[in-house]
Amino acid sequence: MRVIELNKTVTESNDRDADALRDRLKEQGTLLFNLMSSPGSGKTTLLSRVITDMKDRFKIGVMEADIASDVDALRIESLGARAIQAHTDGMCHMDAGMTERALKAMNEASAGAGVAEEAASADLDLVFLENVGNLICPAEFDTGAGKNIMILSIPEGDDKPLKYPLMFRKSDVLIITKMDTLEFFDFDLEVCKERVLRLNPDIKIFPVSAKTGEGMEAFENWISESLADWKA
Amino acid sequence: MHELGVVFQIKKNLEEVAADNNLKAIDKVTISLGEVSTVIPEYLTDCWKWARKKSEILVNTELVIERIPAITHCDDCGENYETVKYAKICPHCGSEHTWLIQGNEFLIKEIEVPEQDETMVG
Repeated sequence: MRVIELNKTVTESNDRDADALRDRLKEQGTLLFNLMSSPGSGKTTLLSRVITDMKDRFKIGVMEADIASDVDALRIESLGARAIQAHTDGMCHMDAGMTERALKAMNEASAGAGVAEEAASADLDLVFLENVGNLICPAEFDTGAGKNIMILSIPEGDDKPLKYPLMFRKSDVLIITKMDTLEFFDFDLEVCKERVLRLNPDIKIFPVSAKTGEGMEAFENWISESLADWKA
Repeated sequence: MHELGVVFQIKKNLEEVAADNNLKAIDKVTISLGEVSTVIPEYLTDCWKWARKKSEILVNTELVIERIPAITHCDDCGENYETVKYAKICPHCGSEHTWLIQGNEFLIKEIEVPEQDETMVG
């Protein structure tokens, strides 16, 4: 018997796949956003608003990683973005391999609609991956996204950063959604921001209401600026 | 289920190591697992017993888990304490300015392989 020391992180091969995917998307000029949140935080409503506001300027694709149903994908498609239902086969997170397959499926679906397959994702400016609704596992697997966005809704409470610190540390941006409900909940916006910034001093925080439009312009400006940087 | 996803990552990693080192079989793999990593040891072992059957090289590989205790450091008083017992608040001074030193690890530490592979490689 002999022993071989490895001391590799378990996610090492996923990290490699994710870096390769990120490089390829950067070459194409496609910026992939990984959206992570609890179920019911308002991801699809937020995206619907972003698509409606930005679809005339950018080509947008959406990958829905729900475990079942294509309700969200249909809702997104009706707004004029390309959408695909990604299959996680019951898994609690998306990894780089699954993201790559979902991108390919989106290309194939577009190819069916008359867009050349190899050009299909290459012509997209923005792709949003709606990760599985879960604040734990998605934080640990790099999907290959250029930016990680976490969504926290007002009804969930301002103590979420204390309970799920890793998710807040891994995200580039925090969107606080459902701001129109602030008066009905015991949610202290300043306390929440302070807790988040203590975990991650570099995170950008956008409080928004996709329903009333409050704060959406700042978030959409950030998206445009991020894309310009990505393509530069 | 989280353990299932990570078991596939372990499998993929070991298959790569086997290919790189010309290994036909791996007897044992040791995983270093932090006390507050999100993986539950019993589930990991169960998932492994199922997943290893899908690989010729790994079909008899035993998965052993070494736990790493979680320790948190307090920036205000400089003391260390047990994370699981006291969580985010320092039991020495009550500060919230604390951070995890260790306990979040999830590493493939080492593998044990039969001797005959060594003569084959050498």
